Amino acid sequence: MRFALRRAAALAGAGLLLAGPALAGCGKSSGSSPAPAGTEPVTLTVNLFGDFDYKPLYEQYKQTHPNITVKENITDYDTHHKNLKQHLTAGAGLADIEVIEIGQIAGFQGQASKFVNFLDQGVDPSTWTDQRVKDASSADGKVLFGLGTDTGGLAMCYRPSLMKKAGLPTDPAALSAQMKTWDDFVNLGKTFQTKIGDRNVHWFDAASNVFNAIVAQAPQGMYDASGNVIADTNPDVKKAWDQTVAAIQAGESAGLAAFTPQWNTGFQKAGFATITCPAWMMSYIKANAPDTKGDWNVATIPGTGGGNWGGSYLTIPRSGKHVQQAIELAKWLAAPEQQTLLFKTKGHFPAAQALWKTDDIINFKDDFFDNAPVGKIFSAAAENIKYQPLGAHAGEFGNAIGNALVSIEQGKATPDAAWQKAVADIKNIAG
Amino acid sequence: MAVLADARPAQRQPAPPGRARVSRWHRLDLTVSPYLYVAPFFVIFGVFGLFPLLYTGYLSLSGWREDQDGSRGTFVGLANYTRLLHDQFFWNALKNTIGIGIISTVPQLMLALGLAHLLNYRLRGRTFFRMSVLVPNVTSVAAVTIIFVQLFGRDYGLINYVLHLFGVSRIDWQAGTWSSWLAISLIVTWRWTGYNALIYLASMQAVPFELYESAALDGAGRWRQFRSITIPMLRPTILFTVIVSTIGALQLFGEPLLFNVSQTPAAGGSQHQFQVMAVYTYQTFLGNGKYGYGSAISWAMFLVIVVIVGINLTLVRRLRGVEGA
Repeated sequence: MRFALRRAAALAGAGLLLAGPALAGCGKSSGSSPAPAGTEPVTLTVNLFGDFDYKPLYEQYKQTHPNITVKENITDYDTHHKNLKQHLTAGAGLADIEVIEIGQIAGFQGQASKFVNFLDQGVDPSTWTDQRVKDASSADGKVLFGLGTDTGGLAMCYRPSLMKKAGLPTDPAALSAQMKTWDDFVNLGKTFQTKIGDRNVHWFDAASNVFNAIVAQAPQGMYDASGNVIADTNPDVKKAWDQTVAAIQAGESAGLAAFTPQWNTGFQKAGFATITCPAWMMSYIKANAPDTKGDWNVATIPGTGGGNWGGSYLTIPRSGKHVQQAIELAKWLAAPEQQTLLFKTKGHFPAAQALWKTDDIINFKDDFFDNAPVGKIFSAAAENIKYQPLGAHAGEFGNAIGNALVSIEQGKATPDAAWQKAVADIKNIAG
Repeated sequence: MAVLADARPAQRQPAPPGRARVSRWHRLDLTVSPYLYVAPFFVIFGVFGLFPLLYTGYLSLSGWREDQDGSRGTFVGLANYTRLLHDQFFWNALKNTIGIGIISTVPQLMLALGLAHLLNYRLRGRTFFRMSVLVPNVTSVAAVTIIFVQLFGRDYGLINYVLHLFGVSRIDWQAGTWSSWLAISLIVTWRWTGYNALIYLASMQAVPFELYESAALDGAGRWRQFRSITIPMLRPTILFTVIVSTIGALQLFGEPLLFNVSQTPAAGGSQHQFQVMAVYTYQTFLGNGKYGYGSAISWAMFLVIVVIVGINLTLVRRLRGVEGA
């Protein structure tokens, strides 16, 4: 639903963009002298998936750069990255700034030369963790083509009111103590389901989200360090699968596939008690279920405490017309002040590692989440992220397994048949 | 009209001396301008139809894929096509396409025929009704599908609500094979029935009234007239609509893609239960960046369409035509 509407809006936007230069061309008189560089009115285009909450920042940027107007195009995740690949191959249709999500970034490493190299632009790579820099670099490490914006270190968001109903602790520390491992989490879910006594309320939202969080904590996920696909043979993946399937069979999953209208409704109607929660999820919850303010809290994630879901990079295709202006804007958007502001106002946790230790971040509490010390929690989560090799199709493998889990939730496949299907999918994508 | 008459070769006269120049221009006009008139179609077809077709054919013989640097332009012969023969996802997509194709096209054309028959009666405000049936067709696929996805919503959809009143429990339309096929077919049927009805109607109006009159004199009832006069007279039109609808059904893309409200619309459901051929091509080519293999699927799809249209053509040709025609 949401993505389709956005796609329609994006198409309309693209239409306007196409008409823009033509209209501007008509207005220009041929005799006028060109305006001095730096003050000529420039419209920069930014292609995003989902809302990055950048709009107020563009206004702020305009105050110091009155000649820069920014136009955003928002499409859904899938379409955005497909379009970007297509446009890079065609060498046309690219925006001045394109974002790339962390699960997709490895797929663009081979095309690093088509993007602006930020190492030539005075960007200090030690701003980010080695992993973040490596993921957005060419194989030889000579080109850094992405500026890390936010980070998806995992926590666990939960509904205190539902915990109370099921006789479970409402306090984050006490709750965390009862779900130290993922097996604990699944077992606690069983207790929750028996005590809650409501068939419309479940322990968690979607099996794929739990599965992804468990795999994200493993030393290796879909790829090994030399870039081979191990998704179908990695024992950690199979173990995560088995744990998740056990939870589905215990009736713990609400079966609300992520980013569907049903999922959105689940937030609003308290359809589930917990959700694996990177910092940006807070922004999603606030935007999607504003009436639930106060009935949320944040505990630490079970398992090793690490794991990452999401986070993005700003990239600049070299073929753009306003590369220099785009570089300035991208660097400004990714600068510490803006990253801090975006976390405190919207919940996008900074990718810049120096910020994780600043008082401004560490002491930040969020009243939407019952004044949980989210600054401290997500700083610790970010510190805990361990290196996991990424690969071109990591995101697609995760989606294939996620769909297989959905088919179990729908009652349309046995766990064995679903796993076979996921393995076939993985082989088909990789082969 | 005068221009047309001029253009007739029979009207050409030997040019009188002194008007040779004019005549040369005139002759040039006669030989070249017809081609110029039809050129726009062929130029556009060449750029957007023929070239992509041939280029896709070329790509389908290459091993180009996005995740392998330097694979562009490598020649792999028919490897992509042999792979296709063993690709369970391709056969699954073919099965889904044919399944959805049958349950969307067959009822649709019958419904259109019935609707055309009704519209052919003298009705008050019949122009209004005739125009109304076309309205679904002029709305965009995206808009229609978005609305139908709402109607087919699992928890708050109108269709489940109505079924619930009759004691049917909530259906997750996207989850099942038949339920998803049915839902998609309904969207297609809703959009195209009116279009086909208008084509049938136009053709029905060309049936001479005398035929019905004499049939009525011989004691044929309405149903007999419909069966023995209308249908045989409509044979060429039915042939046309069957071919066009078959091609449309085999190229189905927007409806199944947008019907899948999830992060992976191109997967066509949790078990690919409604992933049709065009969507699988899209996923392989753009989603997974396998340009060579995706092109091969695209060509296979073209061949499948040619074969199925051929089969349909022979089947429909056996429909009884007008005696002696």
